[in-house]
Amino acid sequence: MARIDLVDLAHSYGGNDAAPESFALKPVTMTWRQGGAYALLGPSGCGKTTLLNVISGIITPSRGKILFDGNDITPLSTQKRNIAQVFQFPVIYDTMTVGQNLAFPLKNRGVPKAEIDKRVSEIARLLDLEPYLNRKATRLTADAKQKISLGRGLVRSDVAAVLFDEPLTVIDPELKWQLRSKLKALHRELDLTMIYVTHDQTEALTFADTVVVMHDGRVVQSGTPAELFDRPAHTFVGYFIGSPGMNILAAEVRGREARIDGHVIGLKRSYDGLPSGAKIEIGVRPEFVEVAQPAPGLLSVRIERIDDLGRIRFARVRVGDVKLAARVPAGFTVSDGTAALKFDPSHVHVYADSRLVEGAA
Amino acid sequence: MDKTVNQKAWFLVLPVFLVVAFSAVLPLMTVVNYSMQDTFGNNQFFWNGVGWFKELLDPSTDLGGRFLASLGRNLFFSFVILAIEVPLGIVIALSMPRQGWQVAACLVILALPLLIPWNVVGTIWQIFGRPDIGLLGYVLNGIGLNYNYVSNDLDAWVTVIVMDVWHWTSLVALLCYAGLKSIPEAYYQAAQIDGASRWAVFKAIQLPKMNRVLLIAVLLRFMDSFMIYTEPFVVTGGGPGNSTTFISIELVKIALGQFDLGKAAALSLVYNLIILIVCWIFYTVMTNAGAERRPAEGGA
Repeated sequence: MARIDLVDLAHSYGGNDAAPESFALKPVTMTWRQGGAYALLGPSGCGKTTLLNVISGIITPSRGKILFDGNDITPLSTQKRNIAQVFQFPVIYDTMTVGQNLAFPLKNRGVPKAEIDKRVSEIARLLDLEPYLNRKATRLTADAKQKISLGRGLVRSDVAAVLFDEPLTVIDPELKWQLRSKLKALHRELDLTMIYVTHDQTEALTFADTVVVMHDGRVVQSGTPAELFDRPAHTFVGYFIGSPGMNILAAEVRGREARIDGHVIGLKRSYDGLPSGAKIEIGVRPEFVEVAQPAPGLLSVRIERIDDLGRIRFARVRVGDVKLAARVPAGFTVSDGTAALKFDPSHVHVYADSRLVEGAA
Repeated sequence: MDKTVNQKAWFLVLPVFLVVAFSAVLPLMTVVNYSMQDTFGNNQFFWNGVGWFKELLDPSTDLGGRFLASLGRNLFFSFVILAIEVPLGIVIALSMPRQGWQVAACLVILALPLLIPWNVVGTIWQIFGRPDIGLLGYVLNGIGLNYNYVSNDLDAWVTVIVMDVWHWTSLVALLCYAGLKSIPEAYYQAAQIDGASRWAVFKAIQLPKMNRVLLIAVLLRFMDSFMIYTEPFVVTGGGPGNSTTFISIELVKIALGQFDLGKAAALSLVYNLIILIVCWIFYTVMTNAGAERRPAEGGA
């Protein structure tokens, strides 16, 4: 059990001399606190598995340090780190029974037999694997196998963190939900640091108390699900989290006004002194844009289609070449395809070169 | 559901029956026919019943004595070959590089002996081992070892075994390498995290995953080594004396040397049967050893 600090950590598969832009993992400094449930969220190829493998020691980072409770463990091999990792596809040892599978990490470390038996039966109880302990592990279903992989991680009493690399990919949706609840329960019971890699935002938002969003090798934001939703620090986060994603519009921002196509949208805060030459955009979630009847002072749009999600309807609209999504209020009917948009000023954010700009009150 | 009865399907199967009949069943039946008869000149045949088979199994007769002695040599040869080539092949496969240009280089080098025709392999070693002009024989004698495969039984055996190991270990190594390559990287990573030693990784991951290809390797190497003819025939001609005369060499002597078609036919039937039975035993033992894990492997 430990706090994990990453200090200026970076990795390139092309070696340390590779161009900075080609690094799979760009320099990152962050802290994972003891007992946290983290999700590493991002699209395929964004570097999340690289980051995970660097923490577990499968990959030695090109630059930077990893500290466990302040001790530099960067040069230590995977075997010597107190890390457990569960992979995308279940890994089980074919010739062994479920019990022997669970005992394997302890046996390798020379733990006394009595201690092994005690830990194995305890973990088997937590994971509901008790009835299978003496069965060959190969005959079991995918979710049971994944539980064994997980159990091998948990069986060591000294693990600093358990890392999950998209562990539920091969599991049926119904069992996925059960297994995820099981993980949450285990997290509460064992007070372990858990880092869960996924590209599925639902999975990330339901599992974690802190979601770390990665994009193109960078950690772009780390925060609670609510923070990611309300104040995306990067246009990518706005776009990636939420369904449909955040509307991002190129705009001219001056003071408390943003101009799009000559139309003015009011802002809650004042944005003076934006960096000149930067690409200025505003971002607003579809939930905070409302479709209304055309009226003077409102941005007029063409409605292309309306997606009915059951509880809520979203209109896909177009202003010139720009496509937007907006909430359709209950009872609103579209007459001839033209409508207007009402923005909620407190939820309109301003981005300079894709990064959130804090306005002045 | 009603099944449609349509006898026309037989016409589709018929060509296969014909091909199998002419390529396998009829020749085999001819051999069975010969095995029950004795031949004399002028193509005269006389009925002998199971007489040749009785003689084959009776060590006091000439035929039986020769057969049982060469059977013993064959079994010993196959045993030694398997005991050397299988572990050696595994070790080679394990020490081969996993990626880069070295892989291609290793594969080509390993494949070379497999591409050489049997009698050429025999000729190579026949010359290689000669004490007067062969590099191996000359060097061994030069450092004081009295090595001569023409006159010494042990030297002849060592030559034949080393030659087979040289020729065929590659096959085992290549099969094992293919088996090793099919193991996903995650297994090794998981083993690292579980703190497994090199030996534990071999025992828990690599050996079980190679099980299937090893079965194939053992079957192929057994069948081939049990049927071996060309290489020892070229190198030693079965000698010195009869010390490297294997069943196949004996068979050719009886069939073509003495023209005893009846004896040869009986011998070849028994020879065939032994190979079938031993292969069946290997297959049953090795698949049963892994029977518990078979169903799940389909999904992996």
